[in-house]
Amino acid sequence: MVNMIIDGKNISAPKDTMLLAAIRGAGISVPTLCAHEAVSRSGSCRLCVVEIKKGNRSRIVTSCLYGVEEGLVVDTKSDRVLNVRRLVMELLLARCPESDVLQKMALEMGAEPQPRFVADTDKGKCILCRSCVRVCEEVVGVSAIGLFARGSQKTVGPPFHEQSDVCIGCGACVYVCPTGHIEMISTGEKRKIWGRRFKMQPCDKCGKFFAPVDQLKYISKKTGVPFEELSVCTDCR
Amino acid sequence: MIKMNNTQALRQFQDDLKRQYDPKKKLVTICAGTGCRGYGCIKVKEELEAEIKKQNMDVEVRATGCFGFCEKGPLVIIHPEKIFYQQVKIKDVPDIISKTVAQGDVLEKLLYRDPQTNETVMKEEDVPFYKKQNRLVFGQNGLIDPTRIEDYLILGGYSALAKALSGMTPEGVISEVKKAGLRGRGGGGFLAGIKWEGSRRAHGEPKYVIGNGDEGDPGAYMDRSLMEGNPHSVIEGMIIGAYAIGASEGYIYVRNEYPLAVIHLTMAIESAREAGLLGRNILGADFSFDIKISKGGGAFVCGESSALFASIEGRAGEPRAKYVHAVEKGLWDKPTVLNNVETWANVPLIISKGADWYASIGTENSKGTKIFSLVGKINNTGLIEVPMGMTLREIIYGMGGGIPKGRKFKAVQTGGPSGGCIPESLLDLQVDFDRLYEVGSMMGSGGMIVMDDRSCMVDVAKYFLAFLQEESCGKCVPCREGVRRMREILEDICAGKGEEGDVELLEHISTGIADGSLCALGGSAPNPVLSTIKYFREEYDAHIRDHRCPAGVCKALITYSIDPEKCTGCGLCIKVCPTQAVSGEKKKAHTINNDLCTRCGACIESCKFDAINVK
Repeated sequence: MVNMIIDGKNISAPKDTMLLAAIRGAGISVPTLCAHEAVSRSGSCRLCVVEIKKGNRSRIVTSCLYGVEEGLVVDTKSDRVLNVRRLVMELLLARCPESDVLQKMALEMGAEPQPRFVADTDKGKCILCRSCVRVCEEVVGVSAIGLFARGSQKTVGPPFHEQSDVCIGCGACVYVCPTGHIEMISTGEKRKIWGRRFKMQPCDKCGKFFAPVDQLKYISKKTGVPFEELSVCTDCR
Repeated sequence: MIKMNNTQALRQFQDDLKRQYDPKKKLVTICAGTGCRGYGCIKVKEELEAEIKKQNMDVEVRATGCFGFCEKGPLVIIHPEKIFYQQVKIKDVPDIISKTVAQGDVLEKLLYRDPQTNETVMKEEDVPFYKKQNRLVFGQNGLIDPTRIEDYLILGGYSALAKALSGMTPEGVISEVKKAGLRGRGGGGFLAGIKWEGSRRAHGEPKYVIGNGDEGDPGAYMDRSLMEGNPHSVIEGMIIGAYAIGASEGYIYVRNEYPLAVIHLTMAIESAREAGLLGRNILGADFSFDIKISKGGGAFVCGESSALFASIEGRAGEPRAKYVHAVEKGLWDKPTVLNNVETWANVPLIISKGADWYASIGTENSKGTKIFSLVGKINNTGLIEVPMGMTLREIIYGMGGGIPKGRKFKAVQTGGPSGGCIPESLLDLQVDFDRLYEVGSMMGSGGMIVMDDRSCMVDVAKYFLAFLQEESCGKCVPCREGVRRMREILEDICAGKGEEGDVELLEHISTGIADGSLCALGGSAPNPVLSTIKYFREEYDAHIRDHRCPAGVCKALITYSIDPEKCTGCGLCIKVCPTQAVSGEKKKAHTINNDLCTRCGACIESCKFDAINVK
C-alpha cells in the first residue's frame, strides 16, 4: 500500500493502481468521459486532471494514467484543475450542443456554454473519446472502427466510412459511448449500425430476436462452441 | 571501402587518406544543399566539370553540404585560396575556370559585397555573415561530399568513436557528456547525459537510440542541412551514444519530404556498415549496433517523442502520457534515448576535444553552439552556428545584416510555432535555453523568423495557430478544440469582428490548454498568442476597439490610398493592379477605387516613390 494526501485527507491505496481509482476509492468524485472500465485508458478527455505536489513542484496530471506514489499530495479541486475542466466542458458543449449528458455534467460543474464559441452542427454527440474504437479492438477483437484524419478534422467510423466487412453488429461501441452518439436501430429481425444492416438470430426456444447472426458466428468461431448451442437467448439458457 | 577491424586500422586508413591528399591541389567546392539546388547549383556543377574537361585540367569539383549562406546561393569556393563566390550562374563558369582556377585571378563581380562598406570580400571567413560564427558542428558541411565516407574520415571522422571504444568505459562516456553540459537541441533542452544515464540504468532489452530528424517548424531547416550535408556526424554521435547506453539498435526518424537527407543518410549508413563502423563488433570491439531509417509522413506532432515512437511502431502518430519516461519505456516499451540529430552531431566533438573544452563555450547553463535558421524579413537568410549566449542583436544585425529595405525591426519569433515573439526592447537578450524561456519563448529547434514593421502581430499569432490547428493530432480535447477556437477568435479580430473581452478569453483558453493538454504540442500551442498579447497588446486593442490594423496587414481593416504629393503618375501601379482599381492620367497623381481594391499589395511592391499609403 502507498500513502498519499488527497484533498487534505490521508488515503492509502494498493501499489500499481491509478490515481483516479485511488481518489474515487476515497469517496471523492472526479468527472470523466473517456475512462470506461471495459477499455484501456486513452487520457483524451482531460476531465480527470488533478494537481499533484512533490516537494515545491506542482503540476497537472491525468489521474486515470498516473500511478499512485508514496507521499504524493493531490488536490482534485484546485483552481488550475477546475479551470481545465471548465474549459474542456465549454469546448465540448460547443462541439456537441445537443448532448444531454454533457449539459447535465456542465451543470454539475458550474460550466456554461461560452457565447463566443459558434456551436458545431456536424459533429453529432461524438467527443472523440475513442472508447468505441478501443472496445472494438480490445474487447470484441475485430477493429471494425477506427479514427481518421487528425486535429479538428478527426472522425470515428469504419474504414472510408463505408460498410465494414468485419463489423459483427454487436453494439459494444454503443454500450461504451458516453454521450449516446452511435446510432443503433434494432427492429426485430434487423439491426442497423455504422450504415450496415445485420440479420438478427431468433432464439430457438422463445423465438425472440436477440443477437446478430454475424456476432454469434464470430463467437462460435472464436470459442469453438457450435453455432446451434449459441442460438438460445440468455433468458432461455 | 575496406572493413576496419580495429581502431588501429581506422587510424591507418585516415593516415593513408591524408598522405594521398595534396593541400596545394586545386579544388572547387560547390554548395549542393536543397536551397542551392533550388537555385540550380547542380547545373552549375555540371558546367564546372565540363569546362574543366574542356580545358584539360586536373581539378576536382566537389558537391558538398549546405554552406549556410542561402541568401546568396549558388555558392562556390575555390581552394586552396578559399576564394568565395556567390550567386554563381552558368555563364560565369568559363571565367571561373580559366581565370580563377587556372591563373588565380579573382573575379570581382562574383565576390560578396558588404552592403555597409560597399567593399568586396574575398574569403568566406571574412564575410560578415560568417565572421562571428563558430561552426563547430556545421563547418565541415562545406568540405565534405556527403556521399563519400572518405571525406569525413580525412577530417578525423570516427576518431571520437575509436577513442570511446578503445579508451573509455560506457560510464566514462556518459560522465563526459554530462560534464560537457550538452542539452537537447530539439526543443526541450533536457541534459543529454542525464537521459543517457537513465537509459543505461533501466532494465529491458534491446535498448534503442533514436535520432530525431522530424524537423517541422515553419522556416527551420538546420536538421535537414545537417543530415544532408554531414550525415556521418549524426551517425557517429549515435554509435557513441549506443555504446554508452548499451543499445544495440537505432533509428533515424526523418521526414519523407527531405528526400536528399534520406538518400544521404542511407548511403552513409551503408558505407559505415561496409567500413565496420556499424553492425557486429564495431571496430573489433565487443559492441554491436546498427541503424535503420524510419521515414515519417510529415506530421509535425511526430517530432514529439511518444508520437514518434508510435509512428516507428507503425501506429498513428499520436502522443501518450509520459509519466513513465522513455529512457525506461520508450520504443516498443523498451529503454530508449531519443535525441535530436543536431544533439547527436555534438557528441563526437565532446568526446574528441573533451568536456572541459566544450563546457568553455556558451553560457552558464547552455553549453556549446547552436545552429539557427535565420529567415523572414532579414537581409541574410541562412543557417548560422553561434555560441550560446550571443545576443539577438548580434545575430539579426550582425550576421543577418539587418532588415531589408531599411525597414524597422519589430519582432523575432523563436522556437517555431510553439515559441514566442520577442520584441525590439529585448534585442540584447543573450540567446540560450533559459533566457528565451524567461521571456515567454523557447529555443525549440532553433528557428528564428524575423518580422518588420509591416507584420501584424495578431495576424502572426493567427498564422501560427492555424498551423498548430492543422498539425494537432486531435487526441485530447484542449488542443483539438481549444486551438481551433482560439484561431476562430483571432480570425474574427483580424476581420474586424473582435469583441471586448476577446483578449481575456484568449488568455483563459490558453491557460486551460497549457495546463490540460496531453503533450507538449498542446502545452506550448498558446505561446504565440500569449507572447504577442504580452508584448503587443496595443495591436490587439487597435483591431478590436478601433477596427484598425496598425501594420496595415489585415485586409478587412485597411484602405489603400495614393499620396498625390509623392505620386509621379508613372503608371506602374495601374499596370500591376489585378483588379483595375487604380486610375489616373500619365504624369498626374493616380487614385485608388477602394470598392475594387483587394489590398493585395502589388501596387506597394511596384511603387518606386513610396506613394501608396495604407491606413
